[in-house]
Amino acid sequence: MKFTLSWLREHLAGDYTLDDVTGALNRIGFEVEGVEDKAGKLKGFTIAYVVSAEKHPNADKLRVCMVDTGAGEPVQVVCGAPNARTGMKSVFSPPGTYIPGKDITLGIGSIRGVESRGMLCSAAELQLSEDHDGIIDLPADAPVGATYVDWIGLDDPVVEIAVTPNRADGLGIHGLARDLAAAGVGTLIDKAILPVAGAFPCPVKVTIADDAPCPAFALRLIRGVKNGPSPDWLQAKLRAIGLRPINALVDVTNLLTFDQNRPLHVFDASKVHGDLVVRRARDGETLLALDGKSYTLDASMCVIADDKAVESLAGVMGGEESGCDEATTDVLVESALWEPINIAQTGRKLGLNSDARFRFERGIDPAFTLPGLELATKLILDLCGGEPSEVVLAGAIPDTTRTIPFPLSLTEKLAGLVADDAEQIEVLGKLGFKVAGSSGTVEVVPPSWRGDIEGKADLVEEVVRIIGLDRVPATPFPRDETARQPVLTTLQIRTRKAKRMLATRGMVEAVTWSFVAKASAELFGGGQPELALANPIASDLSDMRPSLLPGLIRSAQANADRGTGDVALFEVGQVFKGDRPQDQFICATGLRRAFAKPAGTGRHWSAKAAPVDAFDAKADALAVLAACGAPVANLQISTDAPSWFHPGRSGSFRLGANVMGHFGELHPALLEALDVEGPLVGFEIVLDRIPEPKAKATRVKPLLDLSPFQPVERDFAFVVARSVAAGDIVKAVAGVDRKLIVAVNVFDVYEGPGIDADKKSVALSVTLQPREKTLTDAEIEAVAGKIVADVAKKTGATLRG
Amino acid sequence: MSVAALPDLAALEAALTADIAAAGDEAALEALRVAALGKKGSVSELLKSLGGMSPEERKTAGPAINGLRDRLNAALAERRTALKAAALARRLETERVDVTLPVREAPAETGRVHPISQVIDELTAIFADMGFAVAEGPDIEDDFHNFTALNFPEGHPAREMHDTFYLPTREDGSRLVLRTHTSPVQVRTMLANKPPIRVICPGRTYRSDSDQTHTPMFHQVEGLVIDKGSHLGHLKWILQEFCKAFFEVENVTMRFRPSFFPFTEPSMEVDIQCDRSRPGEIRFGEGNDWLEILGCGMVHPNVIRNCGLDPDEYQGFAWGMGIDRIAMLKYGMPDLRAFFEADVRWLQHYGFRPLDFPTLAGGLSN
Repeated sequence: MKFTLSWLREHLAGDYTLDDVTGALNRIGFEVEGVEDKAGKLKGFTIAYVVSAEKHPNADKLRVCMVDTGAGEPVQVVCGAPNARTGMKSVFSPPGTYIPGKDITLGIGSIRGVESRGMLCSAAELQLSEDHDGIIDLPADAPVGATYVDWIGLDDPVVEIAVTPNRADGLGIHGLARDLAAAGVGTLIDKAILPVAGAFPCPVKVTIADDAPCPAFALRLIRGVKNGPSPDWLQAKLRAIGLRPINALVDVTNLLTFDQNRPLHVFDASKVHGDLVVRRARDGETLLALDGKSYTLDASMCVIADDKAVESLAGVMGGEESGCDEATTDVLVESALWEPINIAQTGRKLGLNSDARFRFERGIDPAFTLPGLELATKLILDLCGGEPSEVVLAGAIPDTTRTIPFPLSLTEKLAGLVADDAEQIEVLGKLGFKVAGSSGTVEVVPPSWRGDIEGKADLVEEVVRIIGLDRVPATPFPRDETARQPVLTTLQIRTRKAKRMLATRGMVEAVTWSFVAKASAELFGGGQPELALANPIASDLSDMRPSLLPGLIRSAQANADRGTGDVALFEVGQVFKGDRPQDQFICATGLRRAFAKPAGTGRHWSAKAAPVDAFDAKADALAVLAACGAPVANLQISTDAPSWFHPGRSGSFRLGANVMGHFGELHPALLEALDVEGPLVGFEIVLDRIPEPKAKATRVKPLLDLSPFQPVERDFAFVVARSVAAGDIVKAVAGVDRKLIVAVNVFDVYEGPGIDADKKSVALSVTLQPREKTLTDAEIEAVAGKIVADVAKKTGATLRG
Repeated sequence: MSVAALPDLAALEAALTADIAAAGDEAALEALRVAALGKKGSVSELLKSLGGMSPEERKTAGPAINGLRDRLNAALAERRTALKAAALARRLETERVDVTLPVREAPAETGRVHPISQVIDELTAIFADMGFAVAEGPDIEDDFHNFTALNFPEGHPAREMHDTFYLPTREDGSRLVLRTHTSPVQVRTMLANKPPIRVICPGRTYRSDSDQTHTPMFHQVEGLVIDKGSHLGHLKWILQEFCKAFFEVENVTMRFRPSFFPFTEPSMEVDIQCDRSRPGEIRFGEGNDWLEILGCGMVHPNVIRNCGLDPDEYQGFAWGMGIDRIAMLKYGMPDLRAFFEADVRWLQHYGFRPLDFPTLAGGLSN
């Protein structure tokens, strides 16, 4: 919403400055988005007298002028304007002036051998109009030396404000003036609007169909008008706020739209066939609107139609066919009320924005429907002459009167603002609220233009914003006594720990989109129809992600394309298995590419470079699981990771049926489908699936139990079928004596010469920790024998010879 | 046996001492020791011979032979020490590494935490200290939690301020949305808990908007207090304390402007004073510029009612701001879109070391 300071002054009397206005607007809820001060840019341009204008000695079309600028001796200026002549007054700019119309800063120049110390200017050069036919020609009484923009009264800043959707009344300058006056800036000028008597009955009848979203529709004919360009003052006003003057009749409607927040419409009566009916559009009906575009309508929309066709899209835009042009002599002026939601939906459906729609969908003052029409009538008669008919009103102006009981103490209770009763009542009164009572709980009737006021909280807001939020003291907020407990949930704590743990492993945290391409979603077990966005922003951001891996894989490839191939990325975030809240899980997911090993990235002199492998991903995953308190020692590893992993180089972590996550090399076919290069290894851990920690009765750690007896370490090398899992051998060993055997470590796995082709050798070191006495050789031999026997029984292994 | 039978002790000593001095390594030295002082060594034999001497003879020969033994032992020890030192010196001469060779950087130094995670941890530290818990909710929301409960009437222009992402229309005509703000978490919190309530709700939010300053996904944090007496003055204080703590400055001048949100009444927007005169840098707590950082207000009575509470009994306030935005402001990150591009060069530069955990005790960004 834009307005000029001078326009505001028509509604707001008093001695106030631009800063007073912008400061107050910000304070009372109309955010100032910009102030355009044309005069400020043109302060260097002054009125000057052309003492003489002689032909340039070396150029036919140039003149050498001696210019009296009002500051000492006349100045020599070379001028090319055809209208430059001795004795005229014009606008002068000295060297050093910025010329906005040419985007140059003037210097002292020599034009065809004659020095020029300044410039005489056209209106275009000042960006005041398009006129660049000659220099500005001023009347003889223009004061030499005065600042030009001040003298012509252009000292009129344009203020642009943001109006919140609840404040339709702020979309009219009169409404803004009312709020400013209440806030102590100026005095509201509230002129009475007198009805203009009709000279004859309106010949056009209006009917509102039963299902039309139109409470009231007022219309009058003015015949015998002389339309044409509107006067300069009106054109200037509209231009100042960015509107294009059309013709006097249309300009009047635009003027009142911004002046009073009262959109109107004018029909050329000669182009209206018969009577008007306000009704729902018929599916497929079309309208060529005033913006020159044709719109296809449907039955959800409301139109104004005559006997032949739709003439106007209600509350949004008029029709081209019945619009007023300079030939219009009889005009029908419409002032109507529309249901805001219908207007909003219509505009949205058609993608059609207009100043009228913007206002009607916010809800305008119903009580101003008829005064608005009277004001328009008066303006049209003033500008175009003519003779008005009586007003016809279809429907009825709704009575929005309501009474809100308002305990004045609520202002302090809700806002912490101490304001006495009289001050509160005065504020409400200045805003147009009627208040009955003077203390305790008063009865408040909001004005007709404040449809947004529903209850007492709204009244507190009115009081607070006008008195000023500055007067609300910042009040210390005591930390309540129950607030000594940890504030994070287990899942939140785990999320934090997982992130920090992975980062300490050299991985970099990415935050990728929650949506991925449908094809990607499908590759990772997603892509269900209920998780596809109805209005995605791009086709590769169309489906809610079932896994964090596709985003990370895409990012890893993008980094590789940028020259960083060895990347280790992770993300801890939400995945979507369905559209219900309980289908959303938090995953910690990581990805390593190429040579981004946990110990360090890329080649290094200290060791031969090896590409990432499944065990890097396993180590990352276990680090997350351990950091999140999962019972890592009890986890089972199964070889049933989902299809996006390499079937032979991947695994799942589980506790019985509870699968907490997967790790491994990514499937070669997946890389091909995603058009990315490997090697890529990754893991995903569902943090929600890690069992909740058991509540601890005490923070005391269990007593440290140290054995005084030496531990004994024995090595075993087993030869076993390649298909046997090392984990099964370890499990068999550990099961021999769970008390005595405290550690089983696999220190070598060998396949190759010396071992049968279908076998492998697995070497373990087993640590025995006696607790009651030192073990005898015989006791050690007995345990070793049982280890060999049990492993043989459970895995078919033999001791390597 | 007579004294005359004793060999020339001086000559023996001279010979042995010379041999010891000439011994080239510890093995040769040990052989000399055995030859002289071993069980059958030459000096040991002499010591044994003392037993067969007369007391007079022993009186002379005893000290002589024992003295010889002691001096030989001393000479052996001295030579052994010298040989050890020489051997160590020779070994050290050969044991050299090029200490200028680079070592692997500690993984904890190369890993990074995303600025969004870091800032969420900072927010949590600040608000936990004021007694706020952290609440979360689903990204896929229904119309009730995202709009209706929050006092957005169907068709109201305020709904249009949110460029909503929709999921497909379901059989019953309803359609789920990607939450356009984290306010539905407030609704869920109020529906599930009895006041007093103090929570912050950080999380992902979505709007179908994409340009230099908008991404279709972004992060918000909202705060909610519901009890029987908390008012705008408390809200002002909390926000002031928050801004000082978060931006780590002594003072922040804030400007509260009345505004409009469907879910609060009264509503305000908050600007903070700053200095933007240096290109690419914003300083808080000084300067002549204002920067909008958040929206807030008293929870609308309709919202309180929609969440099953009586607005005449309970009241409170809420605020919301963009996590990405305040992260950009605090740490001078110019482009929002870079947050979600996972460019490791950006993440390495703007991300945080994993051990730099923000605490109030140690300074949020130490």
